[in-house]
Amino acid sequence: MATASARVEEKLFQNRYLVDSGRPHITIAPHAKPSESLLAMTRLCPAGCYSETSAGQVEITPDGCLECGTCRILCEPSGDIVWNYPRGGYGVLFKFG
Amino acid sequence: MIDEKFDAIVIGAGMAGNAAAYTMASRGLKVLQLERGEYPGSKNVQGGILYADMLEKIIPNFREEAPLERHLVEQRFWMMTDRSHTALQYRSDDFNEEKPNRYTIVRSQFDRWFSRETQAQGAIVISETTVTELVRDAYGKVIGVQTDRRGGTIFADVVVIAEGVNGLLGTRAGLRETPKAEHVALAVKEMHFLPRETIEARFNLHGDEGVVIEAAGTISRGMTGMGFVYTNKESISVGMGCLVSDFAGATETPYGLLERFKSHPSIKPLLEGSEVKEYAAHLIPEGGFKAIPELFGDGWVVAGDAAQLNNAIHREGSNLAMTSGRLAAEAIFQIKSRREPMTKQNLALYKKTLDESFVVKDLKKYKDMPALLHTQAKNYFLAYPTLLSNAMESYLRVDGTPKLEKEKATLRSFVKERSWTGLFGDAVRLARAWR
Repeated sequence: MATASARVEEKLFQNRYLVDSGRPHITIAPHAKPSESLLAMTRLCPAGCYSETSAGQVEITPDGCLECGTCRILCEPSGDIVWNYPRGGYGVLFKFG
Repeated sequence: MIDEKFDAIVIGAGMAGNAAAYTMASRGLKVLQLERGEYPGSKNVQGGILYADMLEKIIPNFREEAPLERHLVEQRFWMMTDRSHTALQYRSDDFNEEKPNRYTIVRSQFDRWFSRETQAQGAIVISETTVTELVRDAYGKVIGVQTDRRGGTIFADVVVIAEGVNGLLGTRAGLRETPKAEHVALAVKEMHFLPRETIEARFNLHGDEGVVIEAAGTISRGMTGMGFVYTNKESISVGMGCLVSDFAGATETPYGLLERFKSHPSIKPLLEGSEVKEYAAHLIPEGGFKAIPELFGDGWVVAGDAAQLNNAIHREGSNLAMTSGRLAAEAIFQIKSRREPMTKQNLALYKKTLDESFVVKDLKKYKDMPALLHTQAKNYFLAYPTLLSNAMESYLRVDGTPKLEKEKATLRSFVKERSWTGLFGDAVRLARAWR
């Protein structure tokens, strides 16, 4: 798993981003124990933004987010997360797309 | 921020939004188009194949200026196991025609061009602006939008929502629901750069000819999904996509799946020595006809991926997006010409023309396909590719076993895996869903 997440970081390194510091466009609702879908995001997020803390909660660092929306599909209807588009001009900037 | 009132506001500068904005602006309507990316195209991801016919209906001479990569002369369908592929390939010199039918494109560059053409028709395009809300009057009619820029509401007679597969705005406004996990696929893709001579030699191409490889089988690990390899001029797009609902219940990571696809013995030599310059992810609407939401209402229409207009079976999306954007624009122009209001009743014209077009007709044809592939994924993506590969290997390997014995063993392997009723049922179900 460690090698897989290292690999995805290497992939993201090739991309261009304009990070909106201090204004994450995805936030996770406070929870004691993550739902099944939220926990699945630690594996399913194609940018590896979701991770599990040592206390068993799920946290997000959306800096490398590819804005695909997979977590929104799985976790927003249940209220596990709040998902917004980044502010205009911010986020991933695809050179090729 | 903006005081004037527009005939139409278009949200998003992808295929549907650009088609709508271009069509309306070229007919003299006052159009404002809002795009959240740094420039039109910077948020857009596609494999990507451009279907000429649908763009010709908007910009007839697009071939003179548009940034096109290669025109396609060959299609390879690969049924894969971990070590093999069984291919169905079609190549024809007839595809080397004066006006080719299909091209590979690089979306970010293509969309930038499409947007310049749209602006040349008179549309005002403002980038780096995210629409945050649809504004309605006391009767619920959409009359404009709010953005994340300073300033109040921007008003228009009608809003064309072409915000893409995520469709956040429409969902928040209660126009449709968040897509279901079994109705969207997550695709990841890399851009691999190689000298053009290398690409042409590896894929047996001359000049600007191009090849598409579409692959299914054990590469998706029993999930409903596909891999693809598209040749551009100096790059190769390589990707893998599977239904989000299947991903959710699996143990795979999307990038792990892509890495394994890239290291497949049939794929690896094609990519040897390439330089990867981008990694992207995107959702693809795959719910088909049954997942199409409400397409119009008082003061609004929705087009493209946001309306789930995507033909997953034929891997067509951008052409459905462009056509829906154009038809929405033509309906709006007609209503405007009659000096009538943009009511739900009048905008029903959009759905009427869309229903009569290939867009809805094709999606209707395959209406049962998404459910079938979703519920039978293990059979269609694991069992049959493996059986087929074993049959091919047995057929080709010369080892002294009499042919009749080989054929009987192959037949037994199919029956053992799926039983006679299973085989019959699978064939009937597939035929029915296809028809």
